[in-house]
Amino acid sequence: MTALWGGVLLAGLACLAIKLAGHVLPEHWLAQPRVARVAALVTVALLSALVAVQAATDGGRVVLDARLPALAVAAVALALRAPFVVVVLLAAATAAGLRLLGMP
Amino acid sequence: MTPYDPVSAARRQAVSVSLATGLYGISFGALSVAAGLSVPQTMALSLLMFSGGSQFAFIGVVGGGGALGAAVASAALLGARNGLYGAQLTPLLDLPWSRRLPAAQLTIDESTAVATAQPTRAAARVGFWWTGVGVYLLWNLFTLLGALAGDRLGDPRAYGLDAAAAAAFLALVWPRLAGRAAQAVAGAAVVVALATTSLLPAGVPVLLAALAAVVVGLVTTGRPPVPGAVR
Repeated sequence: MTALWGGVLLAGLACLAIKLAGHVLPEHWLAQPRVARVAALVTVALLSALVAVQAATDGGRVVLDARLPALAVAAVALALRAPFVVVVLLAAATAAGLRLLGMP
Repeated sequence: MTPYDPVSAARRQAVSVSLATGLYGISFGALSVAAGLSVPQTMALSLLMFSGGSQFAFIGVVGGGGALGAAVASAALLGARNGLYGAQLTPLLDLPWSRRLPAAQLTIDESTAVATAQPTRAAARVGFWWTGVGVYLLWNLFTLLGALAGDRLGDPRAYGLDAAAAAAFLALVWPRLAGRAAQAVAGAAVVVALATTSLLPAGVPVLLAALAAVVVGLVTTGRPPVPGAVR
């Protein structure tokens, strides 16, 4: 078994274990406002950091290329309440189109 | 006019949420293969992990050349909110022990959102199970279609799939950005991730951003955001 398979299974089991913990642990352990607040903010932070890394870095460097205008198009689509699939497709089409025109 | 029936209203809501959510499994499947995972590995994530944010995070870190440990940690941290949903759902649905394992696996943003929005316990149960099972089936079906399609594409950059991954994360965080604290944390996370990306191994800047959120969450006060925003 490869290391990547190990990571896939470990991460999958970890996520399942977390879900199960919520259903079997005493309710009052998790039902605290501070716990809920930190969990919500951690979610926002991770996803925001992933946006930045995915849109503007490459190989450990900050890189500005066709991904940024594509992300701007995605933001406009989200502001207009477009469905997820449409947002993702518009971003891909924008980046692909700009690269056809010669943008890195 | 037929009289209002909360149970059939919950069922209708569950079906429409399942369709909308399941469909974007296509983008996950295609992006996962582009990030270097095989079709079986991609399916293992959708079948076992079954949580959109965590799955996109895992392939994002792996695709960016990050260490597996960082990918596992990112996925688990993003899955933490599902644990809190379970603590809400078990009393709401009055689940017996025999149902808790399947219920746990189906505990995601969408099933929690539909269940907690219902006016009666019977409707909440129908909303939870129909949404959970519906999303599970469609998410895995569309993941497979996306992965098989992605397998046939050439250079993912030529199709803008790297930009699509960034847009996917933006779409996941978008409904969670209501409120000053969330916006401040999002801004700080972007700055931390970009400022440390050339200094730290791939995957670690993302985890560091999460740490900043923990600090903000502990020092500030206020109402916790409403969980269950549709991802």
